[in-house]
Amino acid sequence: MVSPAVNTKKMTMIEGVRNAMDEMLKENEDVIILGEDIGVNGGVFRATEGLHEKYGEERIIDTPISESGIIGNSIGLAANGFRPIAEIQFLGFIYPGFNQLMTHATRLRQRSLGRFTVPLVVRAPYGAGVRAPEIHSDSVESLFTHMPGIKVVVPSNAYDAKGLLITSIDDPDPVMFLEPLRCYRSNRTEVPDGKYTIDIGRASVLKQGDDISVFTWGAMVMDTMKAIEKLEEEQNISCEVIDLRTLYPLDKETITASVQKTGRAAIVHEAPATGGVSNDVISLINDTSFLYLRAPIQRVTGFDTPVPVYSLEQDYLPSAAKIKAAIVNAVNF
Amino acid sequence: MIEDFPMQQIINEDGAIVDSDAMNDISTEQVKSFYYQMLRARMLDKKCVNLQRQGKIGTYVPYEGQEAAQIGSAVALGEGDWIFPTYRDHAATLTFGHSMRNLLLNWRGRPEGNVPPEGVNIFPPGIPIASQLLHATGAAWAEKKHGSDRVSLVYFGDGATSEGDFHEALNFGSVFNIPTVFFNQNNGYAISVPMKRQMKTKTIAQKGLAYDMNCLRIDGNDVLAVYAATKESVDRARANQGPTLIEAVTWRYGAHTTADDASKYRDQNESETRRETTDPLLRVQRYLQTQNAWNEDWLKTIEEDITDEIETAIAEMEAYPEPDLRQLFDYVYDRPTWTIQEQVNQHLAVQGEE
Repeated sequence: MVSPAVNTKKMTMIEGVRNAMDEMLKENEDVIILGEDIGVNGGVFRATEGLHEKYGEERIIDTPISESGIIGNSIGLAANGFRPIAEIQFLGFIYPGFNQLMTHATRLRQRSLGRFTVPLVVRAPYGAGVRAPEIHSDSVESLFTHMPGIKVVVPSNAYDAKGLLITSIDDPDPVMFLEPLRCYRSNRTEVPDGKYTIDIGRASVLKQGDDISVFTWGAMVMDTMKAIEKLEEEQNISCEVIDLRTLYPLDKETITASVQKTGRAAIVHEAPATGGVSNDVISLINDTSFLYLRAPIQRVTGFDTPVPVYSLEQDYLPSAAKIKAAIVNAVNF
Repeated sequence: MIEDFPMQQIINEDGAIVDSDAMNDISTEQVKSFYYQMLRARMLDKKCVNLQRQGKIGTYVPYEGQEAAQIGSAVALGEGDWIFPTYRDHAATLTFGHSMRNLLLNWRGRPEGNVPPEGVNIFPPGIPIASQLLHATGAAWAEKKHGSDRVSLVYFGDGATSEGDFHEALNFGSVFNIPTVFFNQNNGYAISVPMKRQMKTKTIAQKGLAYDMNCLRIDGNDVLAVYAATKESVDRARANQGPTLIEAVTWRYGAHTTADDASKYRDQNESETRRETTDPLLRVQRYLQTQNAWNEDWLKTIEEDITDEIETAIAEMEAYPEPDLRQLFDYVYDRPTWTIQEQVNQHLAVQGEE
C-alpha cells in the first residue's frame, strides 16, 4: 500500500484525521473548518489541535453551538466557492441539523441541475463504548445512507482516515464522514507524509479467509478481528474480514467476490438491526450471489433500542461471543 | 415595544407623500418603473392562477398583494448580489432577473424552473420554512471572505420566525457581521395560523434586537418605503456594517396556495376591502395621479407589452421539450453512483426509453 520511498509515521486515527485536514488546508485556500470548540480549544477530541494557530480564525472557525447553523451556513459557503468541513461534536447531536442535510445539502445539485453544488464534508464522532453520557453514542449511519445525494464514509484506522478524508474534501458532493470514537486512540497505523487518496466506495480486505466473509466497519472492526482471532485458534474456521469503509455506495465488487469465494457471510455492526446498513449488504449479496450461499447470512448488531447509558452499553454492543456464535452458526448450518 | 418600531412609510394609502425628504432621490420615472414591475408581477400571478385552474400547471402559490414588498426589495440589490427566495417570491425573482419561462416551468414541475440565468445569483426556492436563511448567511459570508462587497437578501414569512433556523441565522449573521438582509414579509398568517398565535410580540422587527442587529418595520405595501429601507440596509451590509432585519407588513389577497381555502380561517371581506386601502399598485397609481403623471394610454401600452411577454413565456413553456429522465439520475451526484446507474438501467429495461 505504501511505497518504501515515502516517509511514514505511526499515528492514531485522530492524528490521521488532523493530518488530512492539515494537508488540505495547506493545499487549498478554499478549505475551511467550522464547528463548536474546534478553534482555540482544538476540538473536544483534538481533531483540529494546532490548526487554529496555523491557519487562523478565518479558516478554522469557532461557531455558536448550533448544528443547523453550522450545516446551513456550510451549504451557503459551499455553494459560493468554499470547501467547508463542518464538525458536529457528536453524531447524536446532528438531529437539529438533519433538516439542512436532508432537504438542502443532498439535493441542491439536482434541484438546480448542477448550477449550485455542495462540496461539503460533515465530520462527526460516533459510537458506543467510551462511557459517554446519553445521546453521545448513537450509531445512526443508516439515516445518511438512506439519503440520496450524500456519501457515507467510516474509517477505522489512521491510514484509511487520512486517505478517505482527503478524498472526501476533494469530492464535489456532500460526504458524511463518521469517526468511530473508540478508534480515535486505540490503534496506530503507518501513515505516509503528504497527500494520498483512498477511493470512496472501496472496501478493505483486512484478512483473507475461505469459510465465511465477515463484513463490518467502524469500531466493530477491532472487535471482529479479536473475536475471529480466538475463533480461528479454537476451531478450524477460516474467516475473511472486510472493513467496508464506505457505507454508501457499497463496494459491490469486493463484497460479491468474497461471498462467491467463501459461500457464507456475516455482518457485524453496532447500530440497531432494523433499517441497519446490514440489510443493504444482504440485499446486495442476494442480488449478486444467491446461489453461492451455503447458509443464511448472519447479522450481529445492536438492539432495536436507544443506545443505553454506559452501565449497560457493553450489553448493547455486539460481543465477541455473539460474533463467534454467528460465524459458527453459519459454518455449521 | 411596538411604539419603538413605527411603520415607515413614504407614500400613504391615499397616494399622498408622508416623507417628502425621501422623495428627493426618487424621480417620477422611477416610480413609474416600480409600477411597471409590480403590474408585470401581478399579471403573471393572475395568469398562473388561471393556468392552474386549467390544469396547465400544478398547485400554485400566489402572491397578489405582496408585490411592493418583493419588488421594492429586489430592486435595491445590485448585480452579483444573491437572493434566497421562498416558493412565494416570484415577483422578487422575476424582478431580479429570473426568466419568466423558467418561473412557469417551475410550476409545471420542471427542474429547469429552479435554474436562473447565467450570472444571476438566485438560489432554488426554500421549501422547508426558514432553512434558506442560513444559506443566505453562508453565501454572504463567503462573499465577505472572498473580499467582495456583494450581499445576500433572504425572503421569509412571519411564520418562519418561529423556526429555529431563523434564530440561528440571525445569530450567525450578527456574530460574524455577515452582509445579509433578512427580509420578512409579514402578511399576518402562516397558512391559517394568525400572527397572534404565532408569537406574543407585536412586531417581528423587535426580534432583531436580541441579536443586536439593525432592525426596522416598514409598510410593505409602499414600494418606495420598501425600496428605500432595503437600499439603506444593503448599503450598510456592503459597507461591512452588518446585517439588518426588515419587517415589511403586507397583505396577500388570496389563499396560501391554489389548494387552500382562505375563507375557512380569514374574513375574505376584509381581504377584498383591503384592495381599496392597502393595494400596492393602487397607491402608486393614486400618487402618480396627484403628480399628473398618470396616463391611461401608458397603462394600456404597458398592459399590452406585459400580456405579450406572458403569452410568449407560456408558449415557450408549452413548447418546452418533454422532461428528460436523465435529469432525475444525472444530477444527484457529480457522477452517478453504481446503485443509481443500475437503477436507471433496470428502469429503462422494463419501461423502455420513451
